[in-house]
Amino acid sequence: MWTWFYKLASPPYVYDVAARLIPWLFGVAALTIGYGLIDGLGIAPPDYQQGEAFRMIYVHVPAAILSVTIYTLMAVASAVALIWRIKVGHAVAAASAPIGASFTLMTLVTGSLWGKPMWGTYWAWDPRLTSELILLFLYAGVMSLRAAFEDPARGDRAAALLSVVGVVNVPIVHFSVVWWNSLHQGSTIVTLEGPKMPGSMLWPLLSMWLGFMLFYGAVLCIRVQGEVLNRERQSAWVREAVRS
Amino acid sequence: MSDFWSMGGYARYVWPCFGFAAIVVAWNIWAARRSLRAAKQRASRTVAMAASESP
Repeated sequence: MWTWFYKLASPPYVYDVAARLIPWLFGVAALTIGYGLIDGLGIAPPDYQQGEAFRMIYVHVPAAILSVTIYTLMAVASAVALIWRIKVGHAVAAASAPIGASFTLMTLVTGSLWGKPMWGTYWAWDPRLTSELILLFLYAGVMSLRAAFEDPARGDRAAALLSVVGVVNVPIVHFSVVWWNSLHQGSTIVTLEGPKMPGSMLWPLLSMWLGFMLFYGAVLCIRVQGEVLNRERQSAWVREAVRS
Repeated sequence: MSDFWSMGGYARYVWPCFGFAAIVVAWNIWAARRSLRAAKQRASRTVAMAASESP
């Protein structure tokens, strides 16, 4: 039962699997994002309150979900790396940080473009917006901490520790709209009563979300290959991998 | 068609929003490929150095 776990801890295996997954992940991501864009921008009906402006949901919400999901995955990979001393965990965490940071920035920029016409302002020190900004700073902190050490192994451990501690911000981002008065609206997709959105608007959103997740997977695979190589330069399998 | 591009008067928010998303997506592909290329170069340099040191 544990063999898959041991395999995932083996750098050459991960390097190989990542290389094979990339075209499939990019392919399905392109299809689902393509469908989501056509349906979301061209076919879904305008919102009764927000008109055509609601279409910004099709990039804002998938980016926002990704920004916290990637952080959580980075923290889990870091914890695995710290607890079991698995180098691949550090590689996955290091590969995730810049991708997560870019999607956090996308969330903030697309959100502020949505906020201007709906709330009358690009930015407010609102609980949801502020906690998402803190998420961006956490990503930046993790990346610069990793780069700040002469010894890469120490940089990995320091960055992993900060990632694990910083995960307290994830529930704060998620529940900020419940715990405090926020300009930001609450959840519309995952609620106890089911989605508060008709299918014609929901399907393109789910497709965009799936596409963004797969896109993260594809970019992660490229970056993980590089991070694994950086950590394994001295080993025999790298000699073979570089030659080919 | 011009209806589509005007986005009900919200064009100056909707299109920059999608445009920025496209930039982030493109940056991710470019930056990831660049980092893998750099790692491969570094690894082959290490391998070459190890080969030249051993008799």
